[in-house]
Amino acid sequence: MFRFIVRRLLQMVVAFFGTTLIVYALMFAGQGDPIQALAGERPVTAAQRAYLTEKYHLDATGVGGFFYRYFDYISNLLRGDLGESLTGRSIGEILAAAWPVTIKLALIAIAVAVVFGVTAGVLAGIRRASIFDNATLLLTLLVLGIPTIVLAPLAQYFLGVKWQLFPATSGADPDFYALLLPGIVLGSLSLATALRLTRTSVAENLRADYVRTARSKGLPRRRVVSVHVLRNSLIPVITFLGVELGNLMSGAIITEGVFNIPGVGFNLFRGIRTEDGPLVVGIVSVLVVVYLVSNLVVDVLYAVLDPRIRYE
Amino acid sequence: MRVRRLAAWTALPLAVTLGLVACGSGGNGGSGESDPNAAVRIEIAEPQHLVPTNTNETSGSQVLAALFSPLVDYDEANKPYEVAAESITSEDNTTWTVKLKDGYTFHNGEDVTADNYVDAWNYGAYAPNGQNSNYFFEKIAGYDDLQGDSPKAQTLSGLKKVDDHTFTVTLSQPYSEFKSILGYTAFYPLPKAAFSAPGKLADGYEQAPIGQGPFKMKGSWQHDAKVEVERYDAFPGQQPKVAGVEFRIYQQPTAAYADVLSDNLDVIKTIPIENLSTAATDLGDRYQQSPASTLQVLAFPTFEQEYSNPDVRKAISMAIDREEITRSIFKDSQQPARSFVSPVVAGYRENTIGAAGEFDPAKAKALYQAAGGPSKITLSYNGDGGHKDWVDATCNQLKANLGVDCVGNAEPKFADLLTKLKAKQSVGLFRMGWVMDYPSMENYLGPLYSSNGSSNYYGYSNPEFDKLLAEGVSASSEEEAIKKYQAAEDLLAEELPVIPLRFGQNNFGHSTKVKNVEMDLFDRIDLLKIEAVK
Repeated sequence: MFRFIVRRLLQMVVAFFGTTLIVYALMFAGQGDPIQALAGERPVTAAQRAYLTEKYHLDATGVGGFFYRYFDYISNLLRGDLGESLTGRSIGEILAAAWPVTIKLALIAIAVAVVFGVTAGVLAGIRRASIFDNATLLLTLLVLGIPTIVLAPLAQYFLGVKWQLFPATSGADPDFYALLLPGIVLGSLSLATALRLTRTSVAENLRADYVRTARSKGLPRRRVVSVHVLRNSLIPVITFLGVELGNLMSGAIITEGVFNIPGVGFNLFRGIRTEDGPLVVGIVSVLVVVYLVSNLVVDVLYAVLDPRIRYE
Repeated sequence: MRVRRLAAWTALPLAVTLGLVACGSGGNGGSGESDPNAAVRIEIAEPQHLVPTNTNETSGSQVLAALFSPLVDYDEANKPYEVAAESITSEDNTTWTVKLKDGYTFHNGEDVTADNYVDAWNYGAYAPNGQNSNYFFEKIAGYDDLQGDSPKAQTLSGLKKVDDHTFTVTLSQPYSEFKSILGYTAFYPLPKAAFSAPGKLADGYEQAPIGQGPFKMKGSWQHDAKVEVERYDAFPGQQPKVAGVEFRIYQQPTAAYADVLSDNLDVIKTIPIENLSTAATDLGDRYQQSPASTLQVLAFPTFEQEYSNPDVRKAISMAIDREEITRSIFKDSQQPARSFVSPVVAGYRENTIGAAGEFDPAKAKALYQAAGGPSKITLSYNGDGGHKDWVDATCNQLKANLGVDCVGNAEPKFADLLTKLKAKQSVGLFRMGWVMDYPSMENYLGPLYSSNGSSNYYGYSNPEFDKLLAEGVSASSEEEAIKKYQAAEDLLAEELPVIPLRFGQNNFGHSTKVKNVEMDLFDRIDLLKIEAVK
C-alpha cells in the first residue's frame, strides 16, 4: 500500500506539469488581446499598453515566446509564486480567498448527496418496485433533466426572493445557513446520480449468494443490509463521489455566479472572460491537484471497502 | 468557450422564471422618515483599481466618488460648478488658476494643499507608472516629455504651485472647456501618505485609499466581497445623509437583482436586460431610468469605394427602424439616437441628422439604388458583447427595406475587430460604442471623427471638420465653443461617417429601505443625495 501511494504521488507530479503545460498552451493560443479585453470597449492608451506588455511579457509570441513565458511561469511557480493577475492582484491571494468558500460549498453539496442520496438509494433498493422506489425514480429523472442553470435561479427566486426561507445570495463570507441553498442546488445533481447508483447496486447485491448465506445463517435483516449489502454496494458510489468532488469544486461556476459566492468558479469565469492567462492557469493547476488527490483517496478507499482489492 | 455560452444561457430561463411569477410588490419606495444613522448597500462589480489616476471604470469610480470630493461637479444643465475648488479661472484659456477651498483635510488629518493635486497629476501623467487615465492629462503642457519608456521629465512643466492653496495649470494649447474635464476621477488629489517616495505610490495605498471626500474607508478593500466607507465628520462640504455605504461586489447583475427584490441590497445600478420586462411590476416606482453617456453607432469604412458615397450611408440610415429595435430587442433600456453627442452634455441638440434619421423604406430604397450601393452588406460586431440580436434585427430590416443581402459577422472580441480595422481589412459596416470621458461635446467629436482621432477607425477625414473643432477647442468662452462644435456636428450629419443608433440609459432600481436614489452623468449613484428610510 505504501509503495502504491508513493508511486501514485510521483505520477501526480508528471500529470501536474503535463496539464499546466497544456492549459498554458491553450490559454496562450487562444489569447487575443488581453489588454483590450481588460479595458472592455474603452480605448487603451499607448502608455498603459506599453506598461502591461512589458510587465507580463505580452510581446513574447510564437513558439519561442511561449516556452519563454511558460518556463518563466513554472520557475516562479516552483518558488511558490503564482504570479499576478492582469489587474495586479496576487493570484496566490485570490486563490487563498476563493478556496475556503468553494470547499465549504462542495462539502455541503457532497454531504447532501451522501446523506439523502445513499439513504434513499438503500431504501429504494430494498423496496424495489414499491411506491417509494417509483417516486424516487421519477424525482431523480426530473432533477437529472433540469440543468443547474435553470435550477439555481428557480431555487433562488422561490426560496430566496418569494418565500424568503433562505438568503437570496450568499456573499463573500457566508455562514452555514447562507450556503445551504446553493449547496443543495449544487448537490442535487450528484444526489440524483448517487441515489440511482446505490439503488441498483443494493438491489443487485440483495440477490447475491453471500446475502442468501447470511440470511440462512439467521442473521437479523438489519445487519445483513447495513453490513453485508451496504459495504459492497458502496464501491461504485464512492468512485462516483470521488470524481464528483473535483467536479463540484470546478463546476460551481453557475451556482457561484447565481448566488454571488466569490469562490473558485467565480474567479475562473472572470479569468476566462478577461483572458487573464495567469489567473486561469493558476486556478486550473490547483484543480488538477484536487482531482488527482481525490482519485487517490478513492483508490485507497476501495481497499478499505473490499479487502480482496490489494495494491502492490 | 463553454463558459461564455453558459453566460448567455442564463438569460432565457431567468426571463422565463421571472415572467411566470411576476408579482407586484413595488410601489412603496421613497416614503418614510430619513435615518441619518443607517448605512446603505450599493451594488458594484469588483473594481480594477482604486487609485484615482488608474480608475476608469464605473465600479472603481463609484467607490472613489465616496472617498474624494471633486474640484467641480455639474449642475442641471451639465455645466460645471466649483466644489473643492474656490475658483477656476483663466484669462486666455491656456493658463488656468485653480484656487482651493480652505478647510479640506484628508482622512488621515493632512491639510489638502496644491501640492497634493500637483503630485497626484504628475504621477498619473508619468507613462512608466502605467496609469489607465494617463491620457486625461494630455492637454497639459509638458505631457509629451513624460511619455515613452524612459521619459525626459518626471513632472509636468505645466503644473506650478503658487501658494498652499493655489496652483496654475498651463495647457499646451488653449482649451475653453478645461473646467469641465476636472470633475472626473482622474483629477482627485493624493495625500502625502499615498507616496512612499516622491513619484512612487506606497504599496497597499490602493487597499485603503485615503481621500478628502465625504466618506472615509472603514477597514480595507475586501476583494470580491465589499468596500465599506463611513461618514467623515470633518468634511467641510455638503454632508451626506447616510452614515456609511457598503459597496457590495457582484459578478452577475442577476444575483444583485434578486437581492434588491428581497431587500438584501439597496441599490442595483444596472438591472440586467432579462429582468427589465418585469422590473416595472417587481419594483414599481423604485425602478428608475436616466440618460447615460454611452452612444452606439453603426460605422462605415469610408475608405472603401462601396461606402464612399454619403448617399449610400444616408439610405442605410433611413432603412433602419430605430424605435422598433430599441423596443423589441432592448425592452426600452436604450433610447433611439439621432445625434452624434449624448443628451448628458451641454450643447446637445435632438435629431441633428434630420431626414437621415427618419424611417422611410421607400425613399431609402430609391436613394440607395440611385447612389449605387453594394448588393451585399456585412455588419461586423464583437460576439462577446451581446450584440448579435440587434445586429441580426438591423440586418433583417436592411434586407427587407433595401432589397440587399445582409449578413452579421461576429468577431470573437472587440479587440479582434479593432485589430482588423487598424489593418484596414474589409469587415463591412461595424458597430462602435462610445463612453464619455468628460462632459463636453468635444469628447464625442474629437477622438472619433477628427483626422488623427484616437478612435477614428472609419478613415474619415474632413479638413473643415478639423478646423471647426480646433476653433471650438480654443474658443474664448464655453458658449462660443459649443457653437463651433455644433457646426462641426452639422458637417457630420451631412456626411454620416457613422450613423447614430442608440443612446445608453441607466436602468437602476432600489429596495424599500432607501429613497432619493439618483444617478450622476458618470453613471454613479449620487452619494450626497441618497437617504436611508427608517
